[in-house]
Amino acid sequence: MSYEEPRFLAGGDKAIFIEFGDAIDLQLNCRVRKFKLAIEKARIPGVIETVPTYRSLLVYFEPQQISIQELRKALCSLMQPQVERELLKPKLIWIPTVYGGEYGPDISFVAAHNNLSVSEVIQIHTSTSYPIYMIGFIPGFPYLGGMSPGIATPRLETPRAKIPAGSVGIAGNQTGIYPAESPGGWRLIGRTPLQLFDPSREPSALLQAGDYLKFVSITPEEFTNIKESVANGTYSVKETIME
Amino acid sequence: MQTFEVIQPGPLTTIQDLGRYGYQQYGVPPSGAMDNYAFRIGNLLVGNDEIAASLEITLFGNQLRMLQDTVIAVTGADLAPALNGDFLPRWESIPVRRGDIISFTGLKSGCRAYLSVTGGINVPKVMSSASTYTRARIGGLDGRALRKGDILLTFESIPALSGARVPSEYIPKYGCQIELRVILGPQDNYFTEDGINTFLQSDYTVSAKADRMGYCLEGPPLQHRTTADIISDGIPLGAVQVPGDGLPIILLVDRQTTGGYTKVATVISVDIPKLAQAKPDDKVRFQQINQDEAQIALQEYEQQIQTIRHQLNH
Repeated sequence: MSYEEPRFLAGGDKAIFIEFGDAIDLQLNCRVRKFKLAIEKARIPGVIETVPTYRSLLVYFEPQQISIQELRKALCSLMQPQVERELLKPKLIWIPTVYGGEYGPDISFVAAHNNLSVSEVIQIHTSTSYPIYMIGFIPGFPYLGGMSPGIATPRLETPRAKIPAGSVGIAGNQTGIYPAESPGGWRLIGRTPLQLFDPSREPSALLQAGDYLKFVSITPEEFTNIKESVANGTYSVKETIME
Repeated sequence: MQTFEVIQPGPLTTIQDLGRYGYQQYGVPPSGAMDNYAFRIGNLLVGNDEIAASLEITLFGNQLRMLQDTVIAVTGADLAPALNGDFLPRWESIPVRRGDIISFTGLKSGCRAYLSVTGGINVPKVMSSASTYTRARIGGLDGRALRKGDILLTFESIPALSGARVPSEYIPKYGCQIELRVILGPQDNYFTEDGINTFLQSDYTVSAKADRMGYCLEGPPLQHRTTADIISDGIPLGAVQVPGDGLPIILLVDRQTTGGYTKVATVISVDIPKLAQAKPDDKVRFQQINQDEAQIALQEYEQQIQTIRHQLNH
């Protein structure tokens, strides 16, 4: 799971990976984010940006400002327990979602596949707080954990050419949200009117690694109303600090 | 200040600078010029900072009308540029007048040309960069490639002296065969010894699937030990990703920020411009080097750009 000593892996001449383990695990992911925070606080000259993922951190640097040897030394010194940074308490972000119908055309399939009724699928999908392990792949896309195996469903055999932004889907034992219109093979069970990515917003991504999200079932009317207030900037996303 | 009118956009012309940094943690790739060398030299030729926004012109067919007297430079690929139908020299600063027509009439060598203009192109920065990322419609002109009828603004600036020219020894030649130096890792241990040897000793061909996101190669597949899948991690510029079919994909400026396939190696930064100028059917070979050699190569590259900068200033 977690390595005894973090490993440095080569990422070419301008990036280096620090890998903490080889598993999808909340504690391991927490170490990655703590280390990212430590690097940010240390303000190491020549470090350009960092990308936290499930179990490793990719550090981009400018070798004209800091050599890879100097960087590794600086990173090693941040691995001492006394420089460990405390993370902020995670937030729980509420994702209003309309389930079924034109918004979630595959929900009946998901129900049938798992010998459940559609309302049981919604009940199971909305009862969990899903940890956000990382944001990546495309702008604003959250990699979520924690879905009940009771609603796991294989992907579509033939991906759809176009999936609307905000679509909520299931692929195997994962659930996720499409931030933008794109092709995809996930089984669609619903759609949120929230905008997961907005380049004019700071931060541009609605969701952050380390936070949690919870889906809340809404009606199509509520969907339309929320979408409108999101568009004119009057919607405030419901979030609570988790203890 | 209105400077260009797009008469014909060509297949893909975008506004780029040197990229958008700090947002990969939110899934936003850096984007920016594919050919860092040609882009920076172009700006130096017209008296700009190296980072000023310029046009990246892919293949031929682009045509622009000047709405302003200014100074431009064309670097990178030889797309047979012409000024009012006459030969337009590349790697040189050129005075242009209002009403002049600049056109890219054919594909002689390379793949991407850069058109730099004194002052640089003026578009609102999105997440601190003017670079266009078309997939998420971010940056540039409304996040998209240029279209017929677009008017491009530039910043006011003291016009550069025209006639500045890059010495010929610093002008790259774009052939059909490139050698890319790589540093092995992060997942080279996922491949068999034979797999690594295949990678380093074979000729690969650039496939039709080659764009700003990445270049898919064709050739002998690399053999994995057990699996091509990893727990998704970050993807550096130049990462050579190898999915289950064993065929390498080199990931570039518009790449996905994270991914779940093994990465056998990373192309060193100074060799990315060579790949940026490669086209489908061109041949690629990989050569393994170590970190120290890569650092020396980068120092030489940056030194060369500084030398050119000094020569242009005299």
